[in-house]
Amino acid sequence: MTETLNPAGIPAFPGTRAAGCPFDPPPALQGLQEHGPLVKVKLWDDSTPWLVTRYAEQRTLLADPRVSADITRPGYPSQAPYNGGSLSFILMDDPEHARLRRMVTAPFTIKRVEAMRPVVQKIVDDLIDDLLAGPKPVDLVEAFALPVPSLVICELLGVPYTDHDFFQDNSKTIIKRSATPEQRAAAGGRLAAYLDELVGRKLDDPQDDLLSQLAVRVKAGEMSRQEAAQMGVLLLIAGHETTANMIALGTLALLRHPGQLALLRESDDPKLVAGAVEELLRYLNITHSGRRRVALADIEIAGQVIRAGDGLIMPNDIANRDATAFADPDELNIRRDARRHVAFGFGVHQCLGQPLARMELQVVYSTLYRRIPTLRLATDLDQISFKHDGQVYGVYELPLTW
Amino acid sequence: MKITIDQDKCVSSGQCVTAAMDVFDQRDEDGIVLLLNPAPPAELADDVRQAAAVCPALAIHVTE
Repeated sequence: MTETLNPAGIPAFPGTRAAGCPFDPPPALQGLQEHGPLVKVKLWDDSTPWLVTRYAEQRTLLADPRVSADITRPGYPSQAPYNGGSLSFILMDDPEHARLRRMVTAPFTIKRVEAMRPVVQKIVDDLIDDLLAGPKPVDLVEAFALPVPSLVICELLGVPYTDHDFFQDNSKTIIKRSATPEQRAAAGGRLAAYLDELVGRKLDDPQDDLLSQLAVRVKAGEMSRQEAAQMGVLLLIAGHETTANMIALGTLALLRHPGQLALLRESDDPKLVAGAVEELLRYLNITHSGRRRVALADIEIAGQVIRAGDGLIMPNDIANRDATAFADPDELNIRRDARRHVAFGFGVHQCLGQPLARMELQVVYSTLYRRIPTLRLATDLDQISFKHDGQVYGVYELPLTW
Repeated sequence: MKITIDQDKCVSSGQCVTAAMDVFDQRDEDGIVLLLNPAPPAELADDVRQAAAVCPALAIHVTE
């Protein structure tokens, strides 16, 4: 085994994207991929975890039970100091992770998600009706990309129609750039209190929705009412801004690739639409902080030994642009088979909501551009502000006209 | 082609159903994989290989 030498000292992670290339990963990261499958990087706290640069090694490690997602373990490459707060199952290992995850998997079966498709179609159609009836230009983020997933989550959790505005307003505040940390915390607190109260209502009057299913578990003593409410908050946070950014950034990417947009707009083949969703997920990678793990044992991979306690960072953006996994990886091609991408991660922690996210994006991408075929950017690309600093990558605003 | 599944490893992603719905299904109560046909016909072989490849939990084993 040889020690890996990095090209020029130990590079800092994360890097920055190149000006004028808002859809591509930072060039320095792509350079590290050429250097080898495993390289050391330096984080904000001067720790030096491994950066896993290639698709194959990322998949292997993310599916390896000797690799832990537990943020409390020494060596875990955290993005910021861990404050000792309560953890969601995202940051736990099995068996506790599996126990909690299985409590919320039922609404995300393919059958249940398909049954929601007409509801999502109606949400999308109604919002487009409002767009067409309103003034131009319009900010797609505010008027469409954020409301779609917010209303879908209302439907999933079982938030009554009369509470939708309250739910949407507070969800928006949590992710608003101009909101102060205090305003964000207050909005989060209001939603947590609301969801707790709603779980209480579902205990008395269960409906066919996720919170009612959790209420059944509360009654059976499998979880506390507070845990059920926290699960609701987690699903909201995980499913809101992510989907919204895929809608807005995906629309911008398609407007910048008019040939691809025309293919999508002129096809009524659901397979082509589903393929376009997979390709945009592969190409755009709105989660851009890298999946974080820590090794529980010595692991031999790609001619290296990862030692027990070594941190691991696996950025899906460079894995999805790995030429050994996808031919011409930097080209957006909605007709390619991109289904094996790792935009949702891999292993037992893969995104729980991915079947719902995929269906929402299929409905949006197959509806928005057909109903507004002359949709175009109402500003220059260099006027658009990108979420370089965000947990989730995307655009802050997307002014469009038609 | 012979298929085995590991329900203890399954994380209910449902991607096997999307890839090969004549071969895989999910339990209603928690989305865990159900094997409808352990020895599918040759015309489904590509779909089954795809299902095994996208399973995030490596819970599908295919013997050719």
